[in-house]
Amino acid sequence: MTLKLPIYLDYSATTPVDERVAKKMCDCLTAEGNFGNPASRSHVFGWKAEEAVEDARDQVAALVGADPKEIVWTSGATESNNLAIKGAAQFYKKKGRHIVTMTTEHKAVIDTCRALEREGYEVTYLDPEPDGLLDIEKFSAALREDTVLASVMFVNNEIGVVQDIAQLGSICREKGIIFHVDAAQATGKVKIDLQDLPVDLMSFSAHKTYGPKGIGALYVCRKPRVRVEAQMHGGGHERGMRSGTLATHQIVGMGEAFRIAGLEMASENERIRMLRDRLWAGLQDMEEVYLNGDFERRVPHNLNVSFNYVEGESLIMALKDIAVSSGSACTSASLEPSYVLRALGRNDELAHSSIRFTFGRYTTVEEIDYVIALVKRAVGKLRELSPLWEMYKDGIDLSSVEWAHH
Amino acid sequence: MAYTDKVIDHYENPRNVGSMDKEDPSVGTGMVGAPACGDVMRLQIKVNEQGIIEDAKFKTYGCGSAIASSSLVTEWVKGKTLDEVKQIRNKDIAEELELPPVKIHCSVLAEDAIAAAIADYQSKHVTA
Repeated sequence: MTLKLPIYLDYSATTPVDERVAKKMCDCLTAEGNFGNPASRSHVFGWKAEEAVEDARDQVAALVGADPKEIVWTSGATESNNLAIKGAAQFYKKKGRHIVTMTTEHKAVIDTCRALEREGYEVTYLDPEPDGLLDIEKFSAALREDTVLASVMFVNNEIGVVQDIAQLGSICREKGIIFHVDAAQATGKVKIDLQDLPVDLMSFSAHKTYGPKGIGALYVCRKPRVRVEAQMHGGGHERGMRSGTLATHQIVGMGEAFRIAGLEMASENERIRMLRDRLWAGLQDMEEVYLNGDFERRVPHNLNVSFNYVEGESLIMALKDIAVSSGSACTSASLEPSYVLRALGRNDELAHSSIRFTFGRYTTVEEIDYVIALVKRAVGKLRELSPLWEMYKDGIDLSSVEWAHH
Repeated sequence: MAYTDKVIDHYENPRNVGSMDKEDPSVGTGMVGAPACGDVMRLQIKVNEQGIIEDAKFKTYGCGSAIASSSLVTEWVKGKTLDEVKQIRNKDIAEELELPPVKIHCSVLAEDAIAAAIADYQSKHVTA
């Protein structure tokens, strides 16, 4: 059998749109299709578009156990995070101006919190434990009288660990603190039942779950009723929480993608877990290979591995037949290694040596076997080039070396 | 990030990879950079009695541009005197490899490695 190169193993960056989803979307674009403005009340074009939007709202709500009235369309998880965090902090500011979140959150949460700091809010950024998980006691201890909001992501985008949202949420409920969860990486990967989960606000994205880019949603709990101040003003769409003409084709795509996720999640996760375990088994017999993040409490779709004494960007260069991402500095202009890996307490060498493999619907066993062989070859070659590997082999403790920093 | 063909060539076929005996009086070793910064470069030169670099070896932990910079430098220093080699500037390396601005530090590191290797060699040959 022939393999198609390069192999895509970056599903946490984005997923391709499922063919079934693309087809539904195409039906909502042209003159022959369902192109109307869902807000048009005076004719059938508007009514038909509105019906499609509401069907999609039902589909999204169904995947996460919400009432459709609790789903607000946005342009994606970044906007949902902004609306949730700024919107709730501003609406409830009389209660207090303190926010609790984590250092390993996505930038859409961290930067939103930073923006609120400039408005006079105070934010506590909690570090995870070395396994990537948030300690419940530490979380509880960080909550104060004036804490108005806590925000913790469901599934981490870099290391795939799954936080204990149920427990974190019930602590917030007890203390009357609004709890927001960024679930961009969670849909279709972990079961989400908002009937049971004590969560007030939850952000969703379509394009991590085989839907299109540019569309997402925010769950806004009705019981107890949670309010957010609008960040986008205009025609008063989405019950005033988010103005802007609804993008029917995008919304229909997200709905169909979430419907498929609900149907196929169980079997898909089993298949992906098998692929992930196969890759990990194939890599583990190499020396000095470390898994980043807890192995058990993580989604099967993610394997984040540090290959000690090999620099991440040079490894990615050697792995040009596979599309992966690195927590190494050099892939960005920042020259800082991944802030997520550093928050785990990983030393700089390991943080610089990490590769994130993320799998999905179209990953095959043949691809995984190819990747194992390729990674082994590349790591072996780069270690031959690495003075650090030679020193390690000579028994030199690298932490005892005085490096000439420049 | 797109690499130039020259960087890819040195990365895929690195020249003069290896190690020499650090204790050998004719060998100068320069190790620069730090794991924390994501780059460690080790350049070794072997200098003959005429003061000419007759061999050079490197090992580098770092991105493709860092590997290419050090590989290139081993080619450039061979057959030259220490004084000639001291004239090599990071700008020359960056220009030869067409490094983008974010990778200029790799060429700086390579220049530092040359200086460190020469300094190590000369420290073994202090004439009173």
